[in-house]
Amino acid sequence: MHGKIKLSGALFAVAIVIYVGNVLGILFTVILNSLSKGWYSGLLPKFLTGEWYQYVSADHDIPNLLMVTFTVAIVDVLLSLLIAFPAAYALARNEFRGKGLLLSLFMLPMIVPPMAYGIPLAMLCYKFHLAARITGVILVNLVPIVPFMILVLMPFIEQVGTNLESAAKMLGASRLTIFRKILIPLTLPGMLTAGILSLVKAISMFDLTYLVAGGKSQTIVVALYADAYAAGARPPQSVDALAVIYFLIAMVSLVVALKFVSPTQMVFKLK
Amino acid sequence: MRGSARSGAFILLIPAIVFIVLLFVYPFAYGLYLSLTTADGAFSLGNYIRFFTDGRDLRTIWTTLSIAVPITFINVGLAVPFAYYMRRGVRGERIITFFLIVPITLGTVLVSEGMLSYMGPNGWLNQLLIALHLAKDPVRFTHNYLGVVISLGLQGFPYAFLMLLGYVSGISPDLEKASQMLGASRIQTFWKVLFPLMVPGIAISFCLNFVMAFSVFPSAVLLGQPSGPTRVIAIASYQWAFEKFNFNAASAISMIMAAIELLVISIVLVWRSRMYRGVSVVGKG
Repeated sequence: MHGKIKLSGALFAVAIVIYVGNVLGILFTVILNSLSKGWYSGLLPKFLTGEWYQYVSADHDIPNLLMVTFTVAIVDVLLSLLIAFPAAYALARNEFRGKGLLLSLFMLPMIVPPMAYGIPLAMLCYKFHLAARITGVILVNLVPIVPFMILVLMPFIEQVGTNLESAAKMLGASRLTIFRKILIPLTLPGMLTAGILSLVKAISMFDLTYLVAGGKSQTIVVALYADAYAAGARPPQSVDALAVIYFLIAMVSLVVALKFVSPTQMVFKLK
Repeated sequence: MRGSARSGAFILLIPAIVFIVLLFVYPFAYGLYLSLTTADGAFSLGNYIRFFTDGRDLRTIWTTLSIAVPITFINVGLAVPFAYYMRRGVRGERIITFFLIVPITLGTVLVSEGMLSYMGPNGWLNQLLIALHLAKDPVRFTHNYLGVVISLGLQGFPYAFLMLLGYVSGISPDLEKASQMLGASRIQTFWKVLFPLMVPGIAISFCLNFVMAFSVFPSAVLLGQPSGPTRVIAIASYQWAFEKFNFNAASAISMIMAAIELLVISIVLVWRSRMYRGVSVVGKG
C-alpha cells in the first residue's frame, strides 16, 4: 500500500518536472534568442546583444501597439462590467421561466470557439466599416468576455444575502441608495476578481482581434503573429524580441492577477 | 409587487440581451444566411455542395479530427489522474498551478513561436535528447502534425486539469472515507465513488478541449504545414474569406465547423447523462 503511494508520487513528480521543464525551455529560448547573435548551435549563444530590440522598435510602432492593446483590454473590461453586472444580478436574484435557456444562450459564446462565429462577425464589421478600427476590435472582443464576467459575478452576488437589501428597503432607502451603499461595496471583491481575470484574458485575445484588426488597430499579439507568419521577412531574433515584450506584459498582468485570484478560477466552470 | 420586481429584472437584463443578440446571434444568423446564398443573394446550396465535393476542402474535416480527437483524449485522460492525485493538495501546489496557467495566459501565438526555436533541430530539446542518447538525429517536432499536437497539449492539458481540479476538490472527503470504511479498495473507491462524481467535469472539459482543438488556427499555421498535412478547417474558412474574398463559401465552412462541434458536444452530453445521475457534491461544487 505504502509503496504504491510512493510510486504514484514519483510518477506525478516526474511528469510535473517534464512539463515545467518544457514550458521553461520554451520561455528561456525566446528570451535568450532575442538577446543573441549568431546562435545557431550549442547550449548558449556566443554573443549577447540588444540590437534586436532596436530593430523591432524601428520595425513596429511599439508605443502604438501597447496603447491599442491596453485600450482594448481596459475598455472591454469596463464595458463588459457594465453589461454583465446588471445581468448577473438579475439572474442571481430572480427565478423566471426561460432562465435556464437564457443562461445557456449567454454561455454559448464561451463554448462555440471564435473561429466558428468570428468569420461572419468579421464580415459584419467590414460591412459596417468597423473593421481595422479600434472600435471594431473592442466590440468583437466583448463577445467572449461578457459571458465570462456573468459567470464569475453570479456566485459573488448570490453570496450577498437578500436580508441586507430588504432591511434597507424597510428603512426607506431608495433603489439607488441600496445599490450604492450595499450592493456595490459588498460585491466589490467579485467585480475585482472578474475584472482582473478578464483583463488577463483580454490582453492575450488573438483569434477575433486577428480577423478584425488591421493597420493601426493591431494589438501586440496580432503583430507578433503577423511577424511569425512572415518568417524570413525579418530576422527570427527580432520576432522573439517582440515576443519578449508581449511576454513581459502578459506575465506582469498574470502575476498581479494571481495576488487576487487562484489559477483554478482562470478556467471557467460550468455545472 | 411581483410584477414590478419582474420588470425590474428584465430591465437589468436588457443590455446583456442586446449585446448577445447583436454580437453573437445576429452574426451567426448572418453567417447562416450567407452560407445559403450566392454572391448575388440568391438562395443556393452551392456553397455546401462545393465543400463536400472539393476533395481538398473536404479533407480538412478528417485532418482536423485526426488532430483534435487524439489530443483531447490525451489531455483529459492525463488530467483525471493528476487532478485525482492533487485533490487534497500537494506540496508546491501554488507553483505547480502557476506553471500550468502560464501557457494558457500567454496564448497560442507565443507558445508556437517559442516552440519553433526550442523544439527546432538545434533547439535545447533536441540537444538534450541527443545528449541523453534518447535520439540519434534531431527529432522533427515542428512544421508537422506532431508540432500542432504538442502545442495543443501544452495549452489544453492545463485547461482540463485546472477545471477538473475545481470539480474533484469539491467532492466531500467524507464520501471517500465512508467508502473505505465499508471495505472498498482505493481502486473501487475511485471507480465507484469519485469517478461518477467527476463525470460532469470530465464531460465539460472534454467538450471545451475538443472545441478548442477543432478550431485550432494559429498553431496549425505556425507549427504545422498549412498547405497540406495540417490544413485544418479553420484555415480553409480563413482562406476563402480573406484570400479569395468569397464570404459565402467561407461562411458555409464556418457553419460546418460549428455543426461538427455541436455534434461532438451532444455525443459527450449524452454519455454524461448516462453516467451521471443525481448531485452529491458537497461544498464548493
